[in-house]
Amino acid sequence: MEYEVIIGLETHIQLNTSSKIFCSCKTNSWEAAPNTNICPVCTGMPGVLPVLNERVVEKGVLLATAMHSQAQPVSFFDRKNYFYPDLPKGYQISQYDRPLATGGYMDIPSGEGTRRVGIWKMHLEEDAGKTKNEMGLRLIDFNRCGVPLVEMVTAPDLRSADEAAAYLTRLRQLLRWIGISDADMEKGQLRCDANVSLRPLGATYLNPKTEIKNVNSIEAVRDAIEKEILRQTHEYEAGRKIESWTLEWDEDTQTLKKMRSKETEADYRYFREPDLLPVYLTDEWKAAILQDFPELPQERRVRFMREYALPAYDAEILTSERSLSDYFEAAVKAYAGDPKRVSNWLLNDVMRMLNESGQTAGQLALIPAYLAEIITLVDSGVVNASTGKTLLEKTSVTGKTPRQIVAAEGLAKVSDDSAIRAAAQQVIAENPGEAAAYRTGKTGLMGWFVGQLMRKMGGKADAPKARAIFEELLA
Amino acid sequence: MSLATLSLTQASRLLQRGEISSRELTRAALDSIAAQNGRLNAFLFVDEPGALKQADAADESRKRKAAPSPLSGIPLAVKDVLTVAGMPCTCGSKILENYIPPFTATAVKKLQEAGMVVLGKTNTDEFAMGSSTENSAYGVTRNPWDLSRVPGGSSGGSAAAVAARMACAALGSDTGGSVRQPASFCGVTGLKPTYGRVSRYGLVAYGSSLDSVGAFGRSAQDVAAIFSAMQGSDPLDATAQNLPAGEISLEAPDNLQGVRIGVPKEYFIDGIQPAVEKKIREAIALFEQLGAEIIEISLPHTEYALPVYYLIAPAEASANLARFDGVRYGPRAEAETMWDVFTKTRGEKFGDEVQRRIMLGTYALSAGYYDAFYGQAQKVRTLIKRDFEQAFSLVDAIACPVAPTTAFPIGAHGDDPLAMYLEDVFTLPANLAGVPGLAFPVGFDENQLPVGMQLMGPHFAEAALLRLAHAYQQATEWHLAILPPL
Repeated sequence: MEYEVIIGLETHIQLNTSSKIFCSCKTNSWEAAPNTNICPVCTGMPGVLPVLNERVVEKGVLLATAMHSQAQPVSFFDRKNYFYPDLPKGYQISQYDRPLATGGYMDIPSGEGTRRVGIWKMHLEEDAGKTKNEMGLRLIDFNRCGVPLVEMVTAPDLRSADEAAAYLTRLRQLLRWIGISDADMEKGQLRCDANVSLRPLGATYLNPKTEIKNVNSIEAVRDAIEKEILRQTHEYEAGRKIESWTLEWDEDTQTLKKMRSKETEADYRYFREPDLLPVYLTDEWKAAILQDFPELPQERRVRFMREYALPAYDAEILTSERSLSDYFEAAVKAYAGDPKRVSNWLLNDVMRMLNESGQTAGQLALIPAYLAEIITLVDSGVVNASTGKTLLEKTSVTGKTPRQIVAAEGLAKVSDDSAIRAAAQQVIAENPGEAAAYRTGKTGLMGWFVGQLMRKMGGKADAPKARAIFEELLA
Repeated sequence: MSLATLSLTQASRLLQRGEISSRELTRAALDSIAAQNGRLNAFLFVDEPGALKQADAADESRKRKAAPSPLSGIPLAVKDVLTVAGMPCTCGSKILENYIPPFTATAVKKLQEAGMVVLGKTNTDEFAMGSSTENSAYGVTRNPWDLSRVPGGSSGGSAAAVAARMACAALGSDTGGSVRQPASFCGVTGLKPTYGRVSRYGLVAYGSSLDSVGAFGRSAQDVAAIFSAMQGSDPLDATAQNLPAGEISLEAPDNLQGVRIGVPKEYFIDGIQPAVEKKIREAIALFEQLGAEIIEISLPHTEYALPVYYLIAPAEASANLARFDGVRYGPRAEAETMWDVFTKTRGEKFGDEVQRRIMLGTYALSAGYYDAFYGQAQKVRTLIKRDFEQAFSLVDAIACPVAPTTAFPIGAHGDDPLAMYLEDVFTLPANLAGVPGLAFPVGFDENQLPVGMQLMGPHFAEAALLRLAHAYQQATEWHLAILPPL
């Protein structure tokens, strides 16, 4: 039988505020010793009270806007009650029936087209601590307690493991684009639980779903969902039923393990958090938050294709990261020529520099205007293409303008026939064997001769001219 | 005469004139505690060296004419549900035995910054759950007027300490009457401020939407001084209101002409002790003589206050007390598994009444029961608030008894929690509505036990209530009554 796969994702997004959601402790504990970024409030000492960090609401509103969700004028915090040693108050302050935002969607690529993935709700909450077992002891690190999270739940709109991965890739891109989360899955800044069920193709009912937890990369989400689709298919083929289990992904063995049956899940006894006031998102506040709201990557990608006549491939890569796409536009403006040329330079050379240095485009000493200048120097024949490429590095290292470097180092292309001819004669004289070989028909050596000449002339020779002279001298 | 018998107002005046020192005053309070605490058990912890050190600092600053306030150098007792850095905070519970908090409650901090000397921590029903101080894991506090009787609760230790002249003033907390009822039972003046008027930071939470930090003194004047110094906004409490502070002027008006006092008929019910009703009626008559207009009013949803309170407060408590799991502080029961550690620690260290309320609250919030219990209680709470809004459109204050009876014998309510809950029937509504309430003595019953009157006012009308009580206390001497020799 053919099955249709139904997937919904529940993501937890760590917001990159500098302080925690209800106290002034630092959020970034990546390199901190356990229990160093804590205080009476985030460790729930008797008598403490939470005070809302408004930056958390602001970042939540940015996300809601980016997801086309409705940020609510009034939302409430609630207590979600459960016992766990790394949950110091015995409840988590979260949102429940009146969350920060509801509705919304994100479009993701699916086959030849796009799929619109609905968003059910997004709410703000505090993170819990971390527990680990070591040497027969249960150790707790409260550093993560009170780090702000957005929980965002999609509708069951995804239809394959690849679509789930595409959703997460687009989400990660978006989170970094609007600057609200570093969204590194391996650091737990973006976490994902996947709900998976199957149904016969064409059916409209929903079968029981399983929930997959503990997946720490986009690849792992894809792998785990694929494994679960296979398992559920086998179960149905064998005439068995699927039960609503919670499954845990084991990265080492690439297998899913049953954590618990859904039936035994806790009753969280939600009720309004009496220690916090309702969150009133006034029109003025919202306007201030959205004042500098950026063009989003998908809109920008489409615009790049339309406005700059870029191929889809170029537009996709150039909008993968906001700093790169800003860089591209700035360079296009400064260059005033064919945007595709700027795209080629960026995709081939500048991206390699970024990958090697780990910088973002915005951090380069090679500012967009300098890139435009280098391309112009090459276009106008002042330097040849290979010198142009060395100028990228030289500008990055020295911070001087490309023209200054060309002038200071005498890099301008030599088109003077006599200079090239003299150097070519010298090369032939120094390499009689190669010259003889060429003359007997090994014309493939032409590139080698031009290379030797370039070495002598510091790469400045006009290559076509050099080739013509060699052809004449070796005839 | 011991300096311990001085009221806060008298002591403040003498300190400012340089006639006494804070060290002498503090020493007298410490001596009074040493002499009486054995039989009263009002204090759970006394910080003698710390108190004397603070007293010396107060004397020193006054000498330099740099006293931070008229309260500087005056000894204060603090209920053991409020944190003071470095002092134990047991909340009257075994589950916090030996727990020493690292920070000080904002209300206490503001009074310390005003120069007050913290003597120590006073006894309370466990986590402020009770009306007699009998639920303390550290023994009952006895009523200074009659040692066989309770001082009321849950702030019984603080009320007894002020009544027995062990401290000029004391802090308490009031979630359903826990300042007003012991003030009434011990013959002192006690204020439950408007919800949000005093920061709750450092008050170990019981019912978070009902809790308020209150104060005890011997007179409205004493209480006004403490209240003005500790109220106000706090960056650590989102529910604390930012309102102009200001000194409360208690210049007694010549008469109370133009003041309208409402008397709610629902507060004079069957079962009220006749002597209590008599004394309250007499006090109302005196207010009328002073020029106030007395108007009979109705608070029609009063009868629902008790059931509503006993759903909302335990529900909030069930979450507030979840943190006491033996993981981070307090004693931890030995057990094989993590879950057994939780349940065993909580089962062994929480007292019966606390466990009863946690179970009640957990049930009220459970799936399938929420709407019928907690949800319904919130709706009725709104009706009770509306009763008060309507009443305060007609009157400036409401006068009624604090409690149906005077102090009852220790053990009288034995194993009957419902009888104990009825003690708070007149005080719960103010907490549900968030309005201020003031208790002060208006006479004695046939057993020479104090009777307390309650004045309630609109939100943030503490000053008006204190002025009314002050006017009453200018005309009477009940608040000056001296304890019988015991």
